[in-house]
Amino acid sequence: MSASENISTPAVARPTPSIVRHLPYFAAAAVAVFAAATMTFDGYVLNILMQATTFAVAVFGLTIVLGLCGQINLAQAAFFGFGAYVVGLGTTDYQMNFWICLVAGSLLALAAGALLGMSTLKLGGHYLAMVTISFQQIVTLIMINAIWLTKGPDGVSRIGRPSLLQSQQAFLAFCVAALAIIGYLVWHLPDTRLGRAMRAVRDNELAAGVVGIDVVRTKIAAFALSALLGGMGGGLFAGGFAYVSPDQFSFAESIVFLTMALLGGVASPIGAVIGTGLLILIPEWLRFLKSVPGLYLAIYGLSVILIIRFMPDGIWGFVTAGYDRLRPRQRIAIDAPPLQLSPATVGGDIVLDVSQLSKHFGGLKAVDEVDMTVKRGGVHALIGPNGSGKTTTLNVLSGLYNATAGKVMLDGTDVTTMAPHLRAAAGLGRTFQNIRLFRSMTALENVVIGAERPGNTLVGKGDAVALNQRAMSALNFVGLGPRANELISSFSYGHQRLIEIARALAANPTLLLLDEPAAGLNSSEKLELHELLKRIAAQGLTILIIDHDMTLVSEAAQHITVLNFGRRIADGESMAVLRHPDVVSAYLGTE
Amino acid sequence: MDQALQLLFTGIGIGSVYALVALGFVLIFRATNVVNFAQGEFSMVAAFLMVVFAVDLALPYWLSFILALGGMALLGAIFNLGVYYPLRHRTFLPVIIATIGASILMANGMLAIYGPAPQVLEGWFETPGIQLGPVYLDSQYLLIIAVTLALVVFNYWFFEHTMIGKKLQATSQDKEMASLLGISVSAMIMITFIYSAVLGGLAGILVAPILFVSIQMGATIALKAFAATIIGGFGDVTGAIIGGVALGIIETFGAAYVSVPYKDAFAFMVLILFLVFRPQGIFGERVAEKA
Repeated sequence: MSASENISTPAVARPTPSIVRHLPYFAAAAVAVFAAATMTFDGYVLNILMQATTFAVAVFGLTIVLGLCGQINLAQAAFFGFGAYVVGLGTTDYQMNFWICLVAGSLLALAAGALLGMSTLKLGGHYLAMVTISFQQIVTLIMINAIWLTKGPDGVSRIGRPSLLQSQQAFLAFCVAALAIIGYLVWHLPDTRLGRAMRAVRDNELAAGVVGIDVVRTKIAAFALSALLGGMGGGLFAGGFAYVSPDQFSFAESIVFLTMALLGGVASPIGAVIGTGLLILIPEWLRFLKSVPGLYLAIYGLSVILIIRFMPDGIWGFVTAGYDRLRPRQRIAIDAPPLQLSPATVGGDIVLDVSQLSKHFGGLKAVDEVDMTVKRGGVHALIGPNGSGKTTTLNVLSGLYNATAGKVMLDGTDVTTMAPHLRAAAGLGRTFQNIRLFRSMTALENVVIGAERPGNTLVGKGDAVALNQRAMSALNFVGLGPRANELISSFSYGHQRLIEIARALAANPTLLLLDEPAAGLNSSEKLELHELLKRIAAQGLTILIIDHDMTLVSEAAQHITVLNFGRRIADGESMAVLRHPDVVSAYLGTE
Repeated sequence: MDQALQLLFTGIGIGSVYALVALGFVLIFRATNVVNFAQGEFSMVAAFLMVVFAVDLALPYWLSFILALGGMALLGAIFNLGVYYPLRHRTFLPVIIATIGASILMANGMLAIYGPAPQVLEGWFETPGIQLGPVYLDSQYLLIIAVTLALVVFNYWFFEHTMIGKKLQATSQDKEMASLLGISVSAMIMITFIYSAVLGGLAGILVAPILFVSIQMGATIALKAFAATIIGGFGDVTGAIIGGVALGIIETFGAAYVSVPYKDAFAFMVLILFLVFRPQGIFGERVAEKA
């Protein structure tokens, strides 16, 4: 989905405003709203449409958090309930305006989602799953037991609607309009900065942090947005049915929402609408199942297992996969100027100043009081036998590990305790030994995320045109421009390395860390890599490289630091270091 | 003071149940790197099997017990083959969603078969309990504590002093290396699922006479057990047991001195407190993904 959207965006010419290009969508939405307002339904059909419309808004929330950001939310019914109860209690007990209640309910859900996210999202996905289940149970307990507030199991009845939309049908037409607008926004979210960040986090958290994305904040944003849409759907639901009770917002309903999202396809709002529609209609057709309590939820449980196993992308994912195969790939030509690198120069001659850096894992001193200074311009190599602490050093430098002791100065800024994304903002770029690209995206999208680095001065205000151009320049620079719109999986190993380098270059870093870029390359690819390093260095970007290929290191690097058993054993001008007796014995053994 | 001692005893008893289920969580997590969200349903299903054998079919208690645990072993195997194994090469998200689906399937399948009315299961002993000074020791609680203690010892012996236990450990630490050494990784994972299902089932059978046998008991127990694993330190066997017992005590005192309807909320609050202030739990956890 994301790939095709990017292709249809003309990136050179000033694009027609998307509102104009998407006129057909809005025309269709207007027809749907008109139909909802004017057709004659009996009460039964009206109720089904009302339920489907309001549920779909909540399921959009799961499209964002689960589909786009890869985080689980098993409390969507609780957030749905927040919106519903605020509207329910607000319009009855407190005689407040419907719209104010709707906004308040949505914001309450948003705040609850944000708080819950903040407590949990630093940790792994298991925690989130269990915490959202627990939260869901607590909310149900409160709805049932806090009778003074929620009226308990009896629920809230005679809920008000806005004065302009007093009839249920007029209100339905409004809900359809709201659904169309929210759906439009959710559809376009993946191509915004936040949406790209969410996809990056879903595809590869470590890489997302290193290219400058605040991973935790992105996850919290996705979770809070999901809760917001849950609350909004719930508020509309309360207005539509004029009655709410705790059993409508139980854990079972959260599972229903999840099944809807998974069945339709979690990657797209279209999937959300399909899944919601089907799971509201099918139980109506199979009403006899409802006569046995538990049976139809049991079938939902079984469906979840089967969908995950056999149709992980849902119905819409299945349909679009077939469509993508049939359609010839379009190409957009982006005229991009040659890549320009203008690394920041704040801190004088020294770009990176590492002093007394240590990293201990329990008793193991993986990095032990290492000193290293990287001069501005040129290539500096960090070498050492296997297990000498090179990659650990790089991981401490880029913030993936916290230093046990010592200090890291990047271009005059102390970055020792900064999170990876802040170091990226301070000008650090890197690649990984085992390539870490965002695998569901195209080469261009990967590099655009690099270009989006906070603090990149070469993309102006960061509008789509400038970002695409910058990314294209970087891809041209590594020779992959013509294949910009292909998915990562269609590239060879060597080319994936080049895309990773392009992603780092597009960010216009002050210092580029390359973690074994030659590993796994054949000899002609190694020559190309060497050429590439020369061209990068020629533009004044400083490179710190780790590699085992001594030919590459000795030819490319002017300065070499050698580690062994976590300690620095040599440091200086390349040729002198390579002849140093300690270095020779570290590599070849002593006699 | 007397009341406090009484509550402490009850808390340890309930906490032992959480500890048993938490142990099942941890063992599966260590073998597969995935949390099995259907772990609590193992307890629920086992309790219903006991009702089927001991009440409906009126078999002797000990025979019902063996049959129920045998049924759990079978269920553990089916669960592995139907839910985990087909997804073993996928990321953790699809797997946990599938285990959540399995949990919904088990709970509501049982509801469809047995109906919503809670069932009653007698305790193992005729004697209701003994009075020891100020504290009344309920026989079922005593049994739970004794079985948990015995299992902790067994667990230690099994994993540290038997060949199969060592193979299981090797598998949980490094699957590739284990398979290079000729250990059948899929067999080890199968054993883990069976063992965890039996542990969960044992907890369910032991706690059934105290609670009612109901459809909801699985979800409730699973939440507590998960909170217990976080309190103890995720992935840590000792932590799971101590976390479970600690949670049982906290909850019992909370219900007695703070609020009964919100008894089930205490686990969640403790969970959140730990997540915010000490996410690695009492006994710490292993380092995150390597770059």
